[in-house]
Formats: sequence, structure tokens, C-alpha cells
Amino acid sequence: MSEKEIKNLEQIFEAKIVRDEKIEPKDWMPEKYRQTHIRQISQHAHSEIVGMLPEGNWITRAPSLRRKVALLAKVQDEAGHGLYLYSACETLGISRDELYEQLHSGKAKYSSIFNYPTLTWADMGAIGWLVDGAAIINQVPLCNTSFGPYARAMVRVCKEESFHQRQGYEIMLTLCNGTPEQKEMAQDALNRWWWPSLMMLGPTDDESVHTAQSMKWKLKRKTNDELRQQFIDQTVPQADILGITIPDPDLKWDEETGHYDFGPIDWDEFWQVVKGHGPCNKERISARVNAWNNGEWVRDAAMAYAEKQQAKKVEKAS
Amino acid sequence: MNFTHLREKNKMNTETLKDYILEIADNSLILGQRFGELCGHGPSLETDIALTNMSLDLFGQVRSYYQYIAQLSEEEKTEDDIAFLRLERDYKNVLLVEQPNTDFGYVITRQYFFDVFHLMLMQQLQYSKDETLSAIAKKGIKEVSYHKRFSGDWLKRLGDGTKESHERVQKAVNDLWPYTNELFEMTEAATAATEAGVGVDAGQLKEPYYKEVSELLKEATLEVPESKYFHKGGKQGVHTEHMGYILSDMQFMQRTYPGMKW
Repeated sequence: MSEKEIKNLEQIFEAKIVRDEKIEPKDWMPEKYRQTHIRQISQHAHSEIVGMLPEGNWITRAPSLRRKVALLAKVQDEAGHGLYLYSACETLGISRDELYEQLHSGKAKYSSIFNYPTLTWADMGAIGWLVDGAAIINQVPLCNTSFGPYARAMVRVCKEESFHQRQGYEIMLTLCNGTPEQKEMAQDALNRWWWPSLMMLGPTDDESVHTAQSMKWKLKRKTNDELRQQFIDQTVPQADILGITIPDPDLKWDEETGHYDFGPIDWDEFWQVVKGHGPCNKERISARVNAWNNGEWVRDAAMAYAEKQQAKKVEKAS
Repeated sequence: MNFTHLREKNKMNTETLKDYILEIADNSLILGQRFGELCGHGPSLETDIALTNMSLDLFGQVRSYYQYIAQLSEEEKTEDDIAFLRLERDYKNVLLVEQPNTDFGYVITRQYFFDVFHLMLMQQLQYSKDETLSAIAKKGIKEVSYHKRFSGDWLKRLGDGTKESHERVQKAVNDLWPYTNELFEMTEAATAATEAGVGVDAGQLKEPYYKEVSELLKEATLEVPESKYFHKGGKQGVHTEHMGYILSDMQFMQRTYPGMKW
């Protein structure tokens, strides 16, 4: 293709994005657009399936049948999200196996929040309320992102996430209306999940390397700091209703800006976790690697069986 | 659901009826619990989703059964009291369902061995004179048919897949086979329930069960074990060593924080 032709394609592509039209898998797209989307969508997919682990940790110990079923359904939804996000990613010309390989080798990242341990039942509430709450803030704008398969997947993901968030909040509410022990459990969970939830929205704008380009492609509509502020403004009144305290002595309402001011985030902790040294990074990755390795003979069997069945069909037909 | 009609109509002793329901329901509880251990650790996302689905079906059935038992109870009881606050000896599930998730081959084999029985049981139980049990069975038939299709298809894939998968799943079949016969054991409660037209004569399911299972094993190129030595005890509450660990996980919250609402 000549340079002029490429220039032309680029113009068509840019114009589409400006007009808010979707880019579809078979459309021409700049290589950087493809790579950025593979990176982001797969990171999102990985977060879903790694995210199954901390919550899956409580399925066998859920305190009631109703909660057990709801938790199972939630973790199943996450597997579903993983599935269609991987599928959306595959339309960009990379296989699920390759994406797994990137996760297992540490090349691909997933949300840092899932490297924290789930220690009590209240963590199931806090994750739903805070982590899914932060995820929704991140994800709702993606329903209008420029890449068609991603945008469409996100519509469904967001609907389910918002259900999960209500479910998590309801767990917290039950605890906070329960015995002092239960309320203490809820407070302890908030103490442990609050700061990691703020970090989950990504590094500050001046440290975020991908923001500018992503905004242009509508892969991002707001900056990390804007999203974080939105999350805090939304969550503080919810904590008030629960009657538990957000673990930030600097948190206060600012009449002038119409937002909450908040204390400094420990970015050293964030980078430590992102770089693979959080409390559960090793456990999470080895759980995924084990699942994959232990499942190899099963996947091989399924392939071999399918091939045998196919051969039988061909034999019959001839 | 309205359960009140049953106390009047049912001539069967309520305690016996409750025991009989536990025999059926506890299987779904413990098997569902075993699946719960696997979520996120399976060989593929698709199988994770399928196994979770089956777990959800099983717990759904459990809740219907236990809610019914709670209704039948004189004292104030909830489904959770029944699920979480019994002693090990009071759980009536068969030993098969408490066997561990050794590998995917064991998971599938255990499931298939149970599903074939479970579907036959549901198909009979839908004609129970007990309207609630009949309703639960009717709903269960659809779910369990799917479970059986899933586990049966996988058993064929593993049996007739690769050399490794064949060997692995044959081992699972051999190891789990001794737990199949207990499915057909008739307890006092089951006998009384059958006589009252409420329960199913599991003994009659034995022949068609082994016929169906053997046919599928052969289709899966697997050998049908010849062993005539079988284990039992679950229906009497005498379990394997696995059961205590299953319960200590499952009952952890209820035991640690007695009397709280979640």
C-alpha cells in the first residue's frame, strides 16, 4: 500500500471516530489502535478471570444458601465477562491461548485490586460495593467506545456489574444492621479495601502514559483523577448510610469545588502491587497457571475426540 | 409455595418424610459444595461456567427441599439451619457425592454416575403423591437432563480422546465405581415413602442404571469395572473422612457467628 493510500485510510478512520461511528474488526485500523485495544481489552478480560479467585475463595464458606447462590452466580458472571471480552479481543487477530500466555508470563497486567486477600465474609460485600463500584465508573463510558465489539460487550458487562454492586452494598448493609461483631467486620473490610479501590482507578494523570491517545480514540472519556473523584463523591454518602467510617482523616467536603477532598494515596504500594509484589500476586498467577496446566490434558482430549468424530463423519460420507 | 395442604393429606409420618427428603436433598447440597471449590480453577472458561451452572441448579433444588422441610417442622427452622447446623451423622448424602475433585476426570465421572441416577429419580419422583416433591422433581428434570448430557458428553471426550485422558478417566471410573451401588440402597425412610406413594423405589432403578452407564462407558471406549465390592454408609450418616472437611468449610460462618443474619 502506498503512503498516500494509508493516509487516506487513516483519514477515513479518524473521521469515523469523530462521527462516533463504530470501528468494526474488518475495518482498516492503525496498528497502534489494534495493539492498544488488544492491551486494554485483554487486561480487562484477565481482570475478570483473576477476579474470580478472591471471591471464589468464599463460595464454600458463604454464610447462607441465599448468599452462596448469589456469590456463585456473581463469579459465574465474571467468567462470562471474561469469555466475551476474550472473544472481542480475538476479533483483533490474537487467540485466547496467546492472551493466556501473556497473563501467565506476567507480560499482560490485570487489575491490581485482585492481588489483595479476601479475609472475611465482609470482603464479599466490600468488593461488590467498592471494587465493582469503581469498575462501573471506569466502564460505563466504554459502552460508547469506538471499537464496536468492545462497546457492545461493555453494555452487558455494565448491567451485570451494577447488579453486583447493589448486591455487595446489600451485604454491607446487612452487616451494618447486624450485631456489633458484624458491623466491625464491615468496618474492617472498608479499612482494607478503600485505598486499593482508589488505586484501582489508575495512576494520577501526570503519571498515566496512555491517557492522551486513549481519549482521542474514545477508549477513555475521563482521566483517572476525574474518575477517582467521581468514585469518592459517590461512595462517601453510601458509607454514611452504612454508618461506617472511611479510613481517611483528610476526607472532607469542599463547598467551593463541590467535591470531597481526600488524603494522599500511597502510590509506592500501588506500584509494588502492579510490579508483582502485592500480597497475593504469586497466588493469583499460580492459580491461573495451575488451572491452565492441569487442564491441558482435558483440552487435548476434547480436540482429539472432535477430530475423531470429524474423521468418522468424513468416512461415512465417502 | 403453599405447603400446608400436605400435613393433612399425607398419611406418612412427618419425621420419616423429612428423613426421606434429606436423603435426596443432601446429595445436591454436597455435590454443589464440591463444585463450589472449583470455580475459577477449571480447564477452560466454558467448563467453569458450565460447572457453576450445575452448582447453581443443585443449590436451587436444595433450597426448595430444605424450605419444605422447614415448613414441615414443628419448631421454628430455616433452610439455613438445615443446611448448616446439623452434625455430620445427620447428613444423609451418598458417599459418591462427597468424593474429592481429584482431577477433571473424577469430577466428570462422579457427576455422570450421579446424574444418571438423579435423572431417573426425578423422572419417578414427579409422580409422587406429595405435590411439593412432585413440583421440585418436575423442575429438576430439565436441569438434571442437561447435567447428564454435559457429563456424559465429557466422559466420551475423555474416554475416547487421547491416551492420557483415557487412562486418567478409566482410573476415575474404577475408583468411583464402588460408590455407585449405594444410590439404590433403600433406607427405612425410603421404603416408607415408597409405600405411601411419595417416594421412589430406588432398587428398581438399579438395572436400568447399570445398563445405561455401561453402554455409555463402552461408547467412551472405557472398561466397565467388574468389581462387586461396594461402599455404603452415607444414607445412614456414616461418611468418608472427606465429609468433615466439607462441613467445616461449609459451616464455618454459622458455627463461628451463631444466630446472626447474613
